Amino acid sequence: MEHPDLKQALGRLIGPEGPEIGCDQCFAELDRYVELELAGRNADAELPGFRSHLSGCPACREDYESLKTFVGGKQAL
Amino acid sequence: MSVASFAAPVNKSLLSLDDESRAWLADLRSSGLERDDAVGRLHALLLRAARFEVARRRPTLPHLRGNELDDIALEAADDAHMSVLARLDDFRGASRFTTWVYKFGLYEAAAKLRRRAWQGREVPLEPESWGMFETGLGGPHEELEQSELLTSVKEAIQTALTPHQRQVLVALAVNGVPIDVLAERLGTTRGALYKTLHDARRKLRGELGDRLEVID
Repeated sequence: MEHPDLKQALGRLIGPEGPEIGCDQCFAELDRYVELELAGRNADAELPGFRSHLSGCPACREDYESLKTFVGGKQAL
Repeated sequence: MSVASFAAPVNKSLLSLDDESRAWLADLRSSGLERDDAVGRLHALLLRAARFEVARRRPTLPHLRGNELDDIALEAADDAHMSVLARLDDFRGASRFTTWVYKFGLYEAAAKLRRRAWQGREVPLEPESWGMFETGLGGPHEELEQSELLTSVKEAIQTALTPHQRQVLVALAVNGVPIDVLAERLGTTRGALYKTLHDARRKLRGELGDRLEVID
């Protein structure tokens, strides 16, 4: 049986350090964050705490990756 | 400190809109055939996003047939359509209107698929396995360190957290239950659950302190 990395498992348990927004604000700012990133701007400077939340919340991370892929690709055209 | 207090400032003022976004808002706020047409185009956008999400997750849902997946995409687009129309005034122009719209379609589809994947399954609130903390790698010294760390983690979870925090932390971070699935089962919201998780993690980090350095 393959074991996930211990550090990763512990990371999921104790979560990200430092300031972090919640799921509701993550959803509210998701479109802005993705567009800032796709435009090559420093999204983390404009939305502090967003990246930390993505590392601590798998569902929000999935939503982020999905929107970025969809808008950044040709699917949304 | 609560998770809410970490919130970055939100600019509530309407930012300058691009022409396409302005046209969308004007059409959706008009009346008669013009509005009907815009409402229909809006649904088409959302259905495209929902179908994209369904297709992206299809490999993880082999037990679902094509027509079931189509139904989920349509239902997600319908729900997202209602949300967008009800929340038009929330759009501040911080992104293009279509990007703002797409996130609703993707979100609804993802949430429905996560819930569907857990349909009929018991949501485990007690640890199913601590195997992820036992790598089986390294020599006797590393194994001893990992074993001691695991004991500390279990003790901290048991003693430092409230029963609710313990259940939420274990379900989400140990057993891998999706947060919207757990929210539905416990009759709460994703935001409220994440705040509980955040508070539990902070307590756990404080309780474990220097012992976490073993993984560095």
